[in-house]
Amino acid sequence: MSQALIEVDGLKKYFPITGGVFQRTVGNVRAVDGVSFSINKGESFGLVGESGCGKSTIGRTILRLLEKTEGKVIFNGQDIHSLSKTKMREMRPKMQIVFQDPFSSLNPRIKVGEAIGEALIDHGLVNRRELKDRVIETLEICGLAAYHYDRYPHEFSGGQRQRIGIARALILNPEFIVADEPVSALDVSIQAQIINLLSDLQREKQLTYLFISHDLSVVEHLCNRIGVMYLGSMVEMASKEELFRNPLHPYTKALLSAVPVPDPTLKRDRIVLKGDIPSPANPPSGCKFHTRCPLASDLCKQQVPEYRDVGNDHFVACHYA
Amino acid sequence: MSAETAPLKTNLPVPKKRPDSPWRIAIRRFARNRLAVIGLFIVVFMFLLCFIGPHFSPYDLYDYNKLDKNLPPSSKYWLGTDKLGRDILLRMMLAGQISLLVGLVATSISVIIGATMGALAGFYRKWVDTLIMRIADIFMALPTLPILIILGAILSDLKVEPSDRIYYLMLIIGVLGWSSISRLVRGQILGLREQEFMQATEALGLKDRRKIFRHLLPNTIPIIIVSATLGVAGAIIFESSLSFLGIGVVPPTPSWGNMISSANNLIDFRKRPWLWIPPGMCILVTVVAINLIGDGLRDALDPKMKK
Repeated sequence: MSQALIEVDGLKKYFPITGGVFQRTVGNVRAVDGVSFSINKGESFGLVGESGCGKSTIGRTILRLLEKTEGKVIFNGQDIHSLSKTKMREMRPKMQIVFQDPFSSLNPRIKVGEAIGEALIDHGLVNRRELKDRVIETLEICGLAAYHYDRYPHEFSGGQRQRIGIARALILNPEFIVADEPVSALDVSIQAQIINLLSDLQREKQLTYLFISHDLSVVEHLCNRIGVMYLGSMVEMASKEELFRNPLHPYTKALLSAVPVPDPTLKRDRIVLKGDIPSPANPPSGCKFHTRCPLASDLCKQQVPEYRDVGNDHFVACHYA
Repeated sequence: MSAETAPLKTNLPVPKKRPDSPWRIAIRRFARNRLAVIGLFIVVFMFLLCFIGPHFSPYDLYDYNKLDKNLPPSSKYWLGTDKLGRDILLRMMLAGQISLLVGLVATSISVIIGATMGALAGFYRKWVDTLIMRIADIFMALPTLPILIILGAILSDLKVEPSDRIYYLMLIIGVLGWSSISRLVRGQILGLREQEFMQATEALGLKDRRKIFRHLLPNTIPIIIVSATLGVAGAIIFESSLSFLGIGVVPPTPSWGNMISSANNLIDFRKRPWLWIPPGMCILVTVVAINLIGDGLRDALDPKMKK
């Protein structure tokens, strides 16, 4: 295995719930509750789970768009969350993010060319004469055209805007990109284009991705390793092949059984989970999944399962795996 | 490079027409609002009248025609003369220059201070926010008229030249007016900074200066324009009332307010309406027109705020 670019160690992110007259903290939403993993150089790591399980919060905390509550994020040997404001700003070009919603992630009053190029100026990476050429070059790499330079975001379709968002991240020559559900707001036909763009870019520029998604088929196409999250914790992590061939956690099995298969005659055993995802402000005791788990026993209600290595670089947190 | 990343072969031809910016859309929406366009015409007309009109006048501001005192309108003096024999039309136009200028400059001062303060408070929050907003509270709590009367008295006491007085007046009206704009801007920025494109600026590592002045403030310009337009009308009225009370622009410099106050006795009021009706109408028409523009701008720039 090559060297780790990103190491996340016991990361926790709680959002305080305030209440009462004096805005005292009356509780915490445990969006991310002790998650550890590492991503190697050139790898794409997929993070899956249902809405509200803390995937996006992890992505944003790794980039320090949110301050952590506890734990460590090590990027290239440096603890991101201990850097000063100036040092952090210098670090920014190396780690970028592509947002989920291509409509709210672009400032409506800034022309596309400026939106893509402005970070280069602020980091002093290019002089003003070369700027336009660099921006146009990046636009073209991302499948847009030079004449788009002077357009406003509202003149573009969702897929084109997502390309703009990718170009904006890419122009800084990052090593690491967090793709926060980059295709879930797009039409299926456009999704494929964007995913292919991302995977081509990865090959050409040796990028490392953290790919956040709730769509397993997307992750399967793009990622080498996959982590499955439930309610702020990692429940299973393995290489793509291993995870699809031999899922161990009942939650992963349920997710995999829900992936649509383009064959209407095929009979499958769907595992349908009962109930809703519990509130992360007040997670269930023991194994957080026991309220919806088909295998749950008394042990699961009392004891938190250990997140253990079952061999073959496969980690799982379940008493019965 | 593989086929997927080659430029998208869109069938769309490169459009010839300049694409629509948010501003162009707003201008079109404004142009459809008949009342606002009428208001705009009136204001432009007032500006032309006040700034170009005097060049066509045969008289001079300091022409004291002792033989032509208190004449009613005639073909020689279109709007009559005052008790010193000065042409009312010329004075009204020159007074308009002063009043419009005071309104514009005072409001610009308010907007510059208010927008910067509001942006800093909304962007940095914490103690910066608390400090700036408490100062704004103090400015809002100040009883404006007594302060202005005192400041006017101080200016008179310091024997400030009447021609310089208008500059102090602009400054005073401007500085007293920043707090409401700063509140508006701060509120907007608090909302904007939570938007995803602001997270993007953070991830890109842009400088604070660019985040504030390039990303946040341009998005508050619609509400700034609207409140500034209405502020100009307010400042004109303010200046007029102060001048009427004798603590704003003082004679011999004319302003619409002090022209009205020169008709402050019953005989002038009843027998010589040409002394006070023209400047009075000017104030009324200008302020109404500016307010119409302001309403039109609000509808054009911020459709959500409508009604």
